[in-house]
Amino acid sequence: MAETLLEIHDLHAGAADREILKGIDLTIQKGEVHVILGPNGSGKSTLMNVIMGHPGYQVTEGSLTFEGKDITALKTFERARAGIFLSFQTPEEIPGITVENMLRTARQAITGKRERIFGFRKELKEMMEELQIDPSYSERYLNVGFSGGEKKRNEILQLLMLRPKLALLDETDSGLDVDAVQIVSRGVSKFHNADNACLIITHNARILDKLKVDRVHVLLQGRIVEEGGPELVDQINRDGFGHIKETTE
Amino acid sequence: MEQQKTFVEDIERTLYDIRNEDHSVYKTERGLTEEIIRDISRQKKDPAWMLDFRLQSLEKYYRIPLPVWGPDISELNMDDIVTYVRPGGKMAGNWQEVPEEIKATFDRLGIPEAERTSLSGVGAQYDSEVVYHRVQKELSDQGVIYTDFETAVHEYEDIVKEYFMKLVPPKDHKFAALHGAVWSGGSFVYVPEGMHVDIPLQSYFRLNAAGAGQFEHTLIICEKNSSLHFIEGCSAPRYNVTNLHAGCVELYVKEGARLRYSTIENWSRNMMNLNTKRALVEKDGLIEWVSGSFGSHVSCLYPSSILHGENARCEFTGVTFASRGQDLDTGATVVMLAPNTSANINTRTISKSGGAATYRSAVKVTPGAKGAKCLVNCESLLLDEKSRSDTLPVMDIETDDVEIGHEAKIGRISDEAIFYLTSRGIAEEEAQAMIVRGFVEPVAKALPLEYAVEMNNLINMELVGSMG
Repeated sequence: MAETLLEIHDLHAGAADREILKGIDLTIQKGEVHVILGPNGSGKSTLMNVIMGHPGYQVTEGSLTFEGKDITALKTFERARAGIFLSFQTPEEIPGITVENMLRTARQAITGKRERIFGFRKELKEMMEELQIDPSYSERYLNVGFSGGEKKRNEILQLLMLRPKLALLDETDSGLDVDAVQIVSRGVSKFHNADNACLIITHNARILDKLKVDRVHVLLQGRIVEEGGPELVDQINRDGFGHIKETTE
Repeated sequence: MEQQKTFVEDIERTLYDIRNEDHSVYKTERGLTEEIIRDISRQKKDPAWMLDFRLQSLEKYYRIPLPVWGPDISELNMDDIVTYVRPGGKMAGNWQEVPEEIKATFDRLGIPEAERTSLSGVGAQYDSEVVYHRVQKELSDQGVIYTDFETAVHEYEDIVKEYFMKLVPPKDHKFAALHGAVWSGGSFVYVPEGMHVDIPLQSYFRLNAAGAGQFEHTLIICEKNSSLHFIEGCSAPRYNVTNLHAGCVELYVKEGARLRYSTIENWSRNMMNLNTKRALVEKDGLIEWVSGSFGSHVSCLYPSSILHGENARCEFTGVTFASRGQDLDTGATVVMLAPNTSANINTRTISKSGGAATYRSAVKVTPGAKGAKCLVNCESLLLDEKSRSDTLPVMDIETDDVEIGHEAKIGRISDEAIFYLTSRGIAEEEAQAMIVRGFVEPVAKALPLEYAVEMNNLINMELVGSMG
């Protein structure tokens, strides 16, 4: 039987007194893959940030429930510890903190258990090989001097190492060449199983090639205006958002 | 965006703030008079020349005005400062002879452990007198002298007379003159030609009596082609009366010698730290300064390197962390006098909770310093709106044939970086501490391991309120 992971109810949120999300309802069950489509400025990234608890956005109405618990008031790190993960569209560069150090600190924060250095390193090395990341990158400062593609692969590396219950992927495939999209897509499908779920923003359906999409939501001006199965991805790739705009306006 | 104010404003420093009852056998009158100086000198059984030196310094102290630049030190009243406090014990050659009460304090600071773990000699200064001091036998067998300064004045009088306050003459500034008059305690190290001291020598300084100043003198001589790493650690218990530290460090690095001088200062938050440190570096010599300033109320600290011989080099790495109620003015001075000399200055300053941190440096390249190279890199990090950071690098270049580089940056911790780390499950304070540790990382790398750990602990205490 399906278990509800995330339930978003009538979510209104914005930044600096400007409402961006105007009543979102969305339910994600364990084992599912959801895709959000929508033109630029429709509120896709805001939705991801609000689910993750970005302090720059305020929820003015509605609620977020994760595994039956209201998380609307939780801080970002508490949501992460509950099992939510965000793969950033533009990951931050943070000098002085190595990839390995950050990941080990994060893993310990999430599990509450001390990580043995050697076991952790071995696991990290295997994952890096899987994602074709040069092993020396574990000792490099977080995203500093990484190319766009390397930053995205580093996000997927974190996803695989931290094993959240819900992965929010914000245009993880944008700006990548065909090979890199393949690698990222393989990483996501390696992560995905019956106990977790993905919410994916994409402009490029190729990241979905290896995944079975359950539900597609079309976001327009802060509202979900159309929902459907995987066929909606192809339709919008073919026809764009034009006809949806017309029918909603 | 409003940051959560969850940091611990006033950190718990019980480890450092151990205060014993004042059982001192002898205390000078408050304020500074010729009588006091004669008293100090008599207590120390100074040779006649040293008494003269003290009295001449006192004259200069009266004449020289307070500096008109730098942090405000007007709350300092010398009449309130008991300049000399002698603890209730004689010099002890081994740990058993140290008075119980003093021993308990050192135990809490972990000093005997520090010695047990690979340090070759511990000179611990309690108040103004060295009470516990030992040098491993093999060091003295090799001709290396490591002793407290009073002993040096008597046993190595010729060497002391030749070098003492020649590099930092009392006429230099008011606090150098004060130091010349009232100096007490400190370390003396002599490394003979060609000798490499493999393990670092370490000394701990502590202040205990309320209102007592500390004026320890450190004199290190590294003869030709020798090498040494000297580590100075400072922590003082907290008191209400303003405390003054006006120590003096003189380092002589002879031809081809290398000296690394590391300090992490964590004075209590009422200390005025007006310390003078200077090194004279001869041909092919190298001075490496590693300097961490965390404590004190006010600090003025600019270790200077006089590159006197051809190819003489200076490497300076510094970290300064100013929090509430602190005004820390730190940096470095380099004087390049000979051809192909080089200097590399690399500093990180952090200010939070209304603290003020100033980076101040002076680099002088004289006409004789053809082919000199100097690189300055100073970066500052502001943790909130209330705090202050200033960068004042001065360069005085008197020759064309030089290579000079300067890079200064003042930044803030970006909210997006905090969001990124917290989205990985790391709590906000820890995320901030990680970013600060990352900021000082290039400098922390230069520290010996136990000091890197101590510095990380200090950063954690400031930001997370716990020892890491």
